[in-house]
Amino acid sequence: MDRMPHWADVVLVPVLNVLIAFVLSGLVIWAIGENPFDAMQIMVSGSLGSTYGWGYTLYYATNFMFTGLGFAVASHAGLFNIGGEGQATLGGLGVALMCLFIPWPNWWLAVIGASLGAAVLGAAWAAIPAWLQAKRGSHIVITTIMFNFIAAALLNYLLVNVLRPVGSMDPATANFPKPTTLPELNQILGAIGIPFAKHTPANVSLFIAIAACVLVWALIWHTRLGYQIRALGKSEPAALYAGIRPVRITMYAMLISGALGGMMAVNSTMGESGRLIMNASEGAGFIGIAVALMGRDHPFGIFLAALLFGFLYQGGGELALWANIPRELVTVIQALVILFTGALDNVVRLPLEAAFMRARKRRG
Amino acid sequence: MDYASIIEILDSTVRLGTPLLLACLAGLFSERSGIFDIGLEGKMLVSAMMSGAVAAVTGDVWLGLLAGIGASIILALIHGLASITFRGNQLISGVAINFLASGITVLIAQSWFQQGGRTPSLSGGGRFHDIVWPFADQIGRIPGIGPIYQNLISGHTILVYVAFLCVPLTWWTLYKTRFGLRLRAVGENPAAVDTAGISVIRMRYTAVLICGVLSGIAGAYLATSLSAGFVKEMTAGRGYIALAALIFAKWRPWYALGSTMLFGLLEAISNRYQNIDLGVIVLPVQFMQALPYILTVIILAGFVGKAIPPRAGGVPYVKER
Repeated sequence: MDRMPHWADVVLVPVLNVLIAFVLSGLVIWAIGENPFDAMQIMVSGSLGSTYGWGYTLYYATNFMFTGLGFAVASHAGLFNIGGEGQATLGGLGVALMCLFIPWPNWWLAVIGASLGAAVLGAAWAAIPAWLQAKRGSHIVITTIMFNFIAAALLNYLLVNVLRPVGSMDPATANFPKPTTLPELNQILGAIGIPFAKHTPANVSLFIAIAACVLVWALIWHTRLGYQIRALGKSEPAALYAGIRPVRITMYAMLISGALGGMMAVNSTMGESGRLIMNASEGAGFIGIAVALMGRDHPFGIFLAALLFGFLYQGGGELALWANIPRELVTVIQALVILFTGALDNVVRLPLEAAFMRARKRRG
Repeated sequence: MDYASIIEILDSTVRLGTPLLLACLAGLFSERSGIFDIGLEGKMLVSAMMSGAVAAVTGDVWLGLLAGIGASIILALIHGLASITFRGNQLISGVAINFLASGITVLIAQSWFQQGGRTPSLSGGGRFHDIVWPFADQIGRIPGIGPIYQNLISGHTILVYVAFLCVPLTWWTLYKTRFGLRLRAVGENPAAVDTAGISVIRMRYTAVLICGVLSGIAGAYLATSLSAGFVKEMTAGRGYIALAALIFAKWRPWYALGSTMLFGLLEAISNRYQNIDLGVIVLPVQFMQALPYILTVIILAGFVGKAIPPRAGGVPYVKER
């Protein structure tokens, strides 16, 4: 028997959790001697008050959609993929190799190639921990953490010793050739008559991310593989009994997860910086965890949560600029969101369940 | 490589291995009781910030140490609340704690000192100083064992000796006391412990608190012994390396000493040499930095021995009704 109506489970509980996290964040701002309401105003006007701000908000949101979807797909299979950061790092490498060594005639062929490169390398980086989990029983959380560090070291080595152009001191690749430059959002929106600020990092990848949301939704709830992934996540013995092969499904789920995490690099490396730099993923792999938790692993929820975190990220940058509040405030808010929507979920859920039970009993 | 530089490398191995050892033992208590803890990094970080800040303001390093342990315990209690009382996901709680620490340390340090998220640099009574053992200078002149006594055994801060003493102490607690037996049991089969009339919740909270104290000392060591003051993200992944060392040690105290010193040695070597020329191939410095993680993956994969975690690890205990 359900203890709560469905809407309370998917809407009310997360909203209350996020609310608690935000109230606590406000208290943190107040505790360091700043006004939380002023801070909120700076964040809103800086990230949503102009199309320029929106350009950054949507850029960050695109990153978080990819990494959030990646975490969610693994999570549906009962796997805690904390390695989004490493998978995004390898995705960046895939994008860079594709853009630097293949002479693409135009951007839309390039973006297909780069997406493929990012997805393949991201998936490959997820494949080893997945295989070790499925075949050797080594805990995927630990191995993916280790692979994040190994990825960082690998990229560091490649950028310093291999991919860095001759004569450059900067540990980064050369700039990608001109034809691989992705159209900015103002060019796309301008073509259909919507005015949008120039020189923002938001680009065509936003639409790829939205398409990925739809595809993941279709995959999880409307395909045989999605059903098998969810069945494995709910109960491995039951899945096994139903003829689902855990090793295979674990591998598929992690490959898809890694590919999605890797594709984040199409937005950041190809769309924004135009070359591969050190630490290009900027922690987006970890924010994906918060986004997926908040979005309850549902692509639509992830879409909304990614927008919220895009707003927080851009707003946090504005705060560092216009108020005496360091950027790290966003990290605190992110931590509180993860804590309350993830680990302390029962703080809200248990009393609410009790309340609904009482109400039901009274009605008879 | 001459004898003197070998001694130097071993000396910095001890210095760099100490925070890993403390954090690793911290994780050992928590995980042996069935509470996974990937939040070691965060607990070390808040402790480093708090101890640095209090030691800078009061000029008393012991107060700094206490404040650091206190801050670490607060995060440990949040982890306990989430994973024991509210039966939440322990991994998610650990991730959240790491982010909380990473953000809040900079916010507080910036708000208190306005130095870009660092604490003022410590000197005099604000730091732990190296303890010189009796006759270190005289014995140091003896060739062979002299430098070992002078540089390896003598000449470390008190926290280094505390960390090394914690190893036999942990072993004794774990294997020779009633508390240790119950702790190990609660991580393997909490229902059996419960049947024997012992509170699982209390055992696990105790373990989480011990974990908080030890990771607090580890963090304070970073800010008051290894460096002179807190800087942003100064743990630099040490909490995760300690976690790796814990797996490498198969959740055992003496092995933990070995694995943390091995990882300390790797760090000491990569600090000293940029690239290592083995004649056949040249090992880049990045490879040395990644080696602890690579080794852990290999050991986890069971290609070299098998690391089996406590059986009830990560599972919240629900009493039968």
